[in-house]
Amino acid sequence: MKDKIFRFLLFFAALIILLLTAGIIFALVSRSTEAFQEYGIWGFIANPEWDPRPATEEYGALSFIVGTLYTAFFALFLCVPFSLSVALFNGEYFKGKRISSFVRSIVDLLAGIPSIVYGLWGFYAVRPLIIDLGINAQGFGIFLSSIVLAIMIIPYASSLSTEFISMVPNKLKEGAYSLGATQFEVIQNISLPTARSGIVASYILALGRALGETMAVTMLIGNTDRIPKGLRDTGNTMASVIANQFGEADGLKLSSLIAIGLLLFVITALINMIAKLVMKKVASI
Amino acid sequence: MSLNIKTSIDSRNGKNKLIYILVCLFSFLAMIPLFLILWDVVSKGYKNFNINLFTEVTPSSMDALIANMNGDPIPGGILNGITGSILIVGLAILFSVPIGLFIGIYLSENRDKKFAGLVSYLTDLLQGMPSIVIGIIAYAWVVKPLGGYSALAGSVALTMMMLPMIVRSTEETLKMLPASYKEAGLALGSSYTSVVFNILLPSGFGGIFTGILLAISRVMGETAPLMLTALGASVVNWDVMEPTSALPLLIWDFYNDPNLVELVWSSSLLLLIVIFLLNWIAKIVARKWKV
Amino acid sequence: MESIKITNGMKPVLQMKDVSVSYAPDTYAVKNVTTDIYPNTITAIMGPSGCGKSTLLRAINRMHDLYTNIKTTGEITLKGNNIFDMNSMEVRRMAGMVFQQPNPFPTMSIYENVLAGYKLNGIRLNKKEKDEIVEQSLQSVALWDEVKDVMSKRGSFLSGGQQQRLCIARTLALKPEILLMDEPTSALDPISTNKIEELLLELKDKFTIIVVTHNMSQAARISDNSMFMYLGELVEHGNTTQMFTKPKNKRTEEYLTGVFG
Repeated sequence: MKDKIFRFLLFFAALIILLLTAGIIFALVSRSTEAFQEYGIWGFIANPEWDPRPATEEYGALSFIVGTLYTAFFALFLCVPFSLSVALFNGEYFKGKRISSFVRSIVDLLAGIPSIVYGLWGFYAVRPLIIDLGINAQGFGIFLSSIVLAIMIIPYASSLSTEFISMVPNKLKEGAYSLGATQFEVIQNISLPTARSGIVASYILALGRALGETMAVTMLIGNTDRIPKGLRDTGNTMASVIANQFGEADGLKLSSLIAIGLLLFVITALINMIAKLVMKKVASI
Repeated sequence: MSLNIKTSIDSRNGKNKLIYILVCLFSFLAMIPLFLILWDVVSKGYKNFNINLFTEVTPSSMDALIANMNGDPIPGGILNGITGSILIVGLAILFSVPIGLFIGIYLSENRDKKFAGLVSYLTDLLQGMPSIVIGIIAYAWVVKPLGGYSALAGSVALTMMMLPMIVRSTEETLKMLPASYKEAGLALGSSYTSVVFNILLPSGFGGIFTGILLAISRVMGETAPLMLTALGASVVNWDVMEPTSALPLLIWDFYNDPNLVELVWSSSLLLLIVIFLLNWIAKIVARKWKV
Repeated sequence: MESIKITNGMKPVLQMKDVSVSYAPDTYAVKNVTTDIYPNTITAIMGPSGCGKSTLLRAINRMHDLYTNIKTTGEITLKGNNIFDMNSMEVRRMAGMVFQQPNPFPTMSIYENVLAGYKLNGIRLNKKEKDEIVEQSLQSVALWDEVKDVMSKRGSFLSGGQQQRLCIARTLALKPEILLMDEPTSALDPISTNKIEELLLELKDKFTIIVVTHNMSQAARISDNSMFMYLGELVEHGNTTQMFTKPKNKRTEEYLTGVFG
């Protein structure tokens, strides 16, 4: 009898996840309808205007979608050489050695630093550099955010890659060495192709992380509500505009912000789904 | 017969060495930000890192302005942030651990069922949700109905963030236990419930506890969801229905106030110490209680 | 102990003098092995598990270089050149290796696998040269007819025996001086084993082959000369027929008659 109750409780707990997800989707959708009804779904997404002034109220998500894509992809681009190097360092060159566990620990610590501390450091330590380099007069913007974001996602991009690179079977590598290849040639022709799906999946996951990142970006991006004119410009991401303007919002503005939240939810869910599909391919090779 | 093709072994060896150097260089560069950040936080934070930090609440902007003008150190501390974090995260632990454990147990026991597969997929989905969106949800479900910001709302948000992590680590840990543990327990005539609580969970204690510690350390530093739910307070508050402060929220408040901005470093230092401590304990537990 | 070997009247292609291999200080897997290998012969290295035969084989193509805790001492000369004076990549091109577990590269097609040695070494070939090498190599392992229509497919669907022959073709494509085979048929069924043994007998005309085997009947079937190792030492080496019928060393006799295995 006790078991029956227990098993039911377990089932019920699992059900909570289902209910939670459904609830989240419902909550987001129902509160976005005001904005979508006002502008149409596509109209809202494609509108670059964001004007909260009462007389000329108009809201659209495009500026923030562009800002999000700029920062996330630029950050991904910047992080690749570093995270790939760390992955090769730990999974191939120094696999199993003590220095590798040291490097892993350091990279793990990087993942533990809260977003707001990254934002502080970005503001006080990196922003002056941006100003000195003449990239932006105030230092804020896509460039600054992406640099800090790139550092933040290095642990995510490198940890899964490391796993897959280190799982390449020794017998394949020995086969290549026995044909007279150098270590780099073995990496290039055997290790990386064999680990490819896992590496791609880890970068997709890192991208997902970058898309949803809030605090550091909010503090560094400059908070302007229009489409950024380029990497040197300021802007806002979907996450940062919500963080900045949610506080006093109500009515159409609130609904618009929640609609942006819904879009963000959908995008990150899609990215995670793609990453899972890519990982499934790993199993088949 | 052997091949006598000129393959410029020297250039290939040169390339090999070059890549090796680049990999080491970039790996080294990737680690530098950690030290830079730690250096900044420690060197700028230790000045204000004194007993006041832990015993007094945040000063008002006015008091800080006066102190600055007189060249005095800023009075006050971050007690309200410390107690707030304890309250909000403590509640979140209370909600998320039992539920997360149960879900994790369910998933590890029902691997083949379609329902379990769905739940597993959705758990990953929840894990990937941006923290600000979770903030919106907690706002919609708790702040709006209650008509105001509260520690409870903050806890609900953090619970949603911790839940997937605890589910995953519990599930993975239990999956790694040999099936013979469960079978031996059942063969002794024990009930399923008893086997779970007396054999499986204790055996998997290391991995499960590590997962919980890591989830805690993750949400300790979260700011965005709390901005929309707990809001913050300048006094120590233990009433869950009232707006409450938290360490990251304080850092954000200090950052935005030119009079208080000096305090960001000592509060960040405290936050980092707590997070790294939790991570370190988690590592030790994981090593000692290897499944 | 040495007795008359089959030499085909030629000078040795591989010479080993006092070769020792250690995995840790004072722990030797191979102790002071001295022997000569002659062109166009099959030499079998046999002995019980753990006697050091694979370790010795892997010393020849300097596989031990990959592992920092393994030390190799002594002289190994390939076609008159000290292998430790040469670049390790050159050594490995001259001494090709086939492993116990067939290991075709899973991210390459059958066609690409045969040419893998060229690709890895950065040697560029035009299509005609590539096609020629692939056909020739696959013909020499009797795999051409079986795979010529599916060469763009990955090799994972091939049977174990076919995969192993593909790996041999891959090694032969680089035209090595000698072929080092580390228990090439242990993981295969009897029919595939038979096919590969026949293959080795054919290849002997063009190549010199060293086969490590834990199966003494295989050694008796295919080898011209044999080496018997025990606990890292080379106990006896010489003409296979002589060794099997009139072993000079008591240990050899005990091994061959199954006193220990």
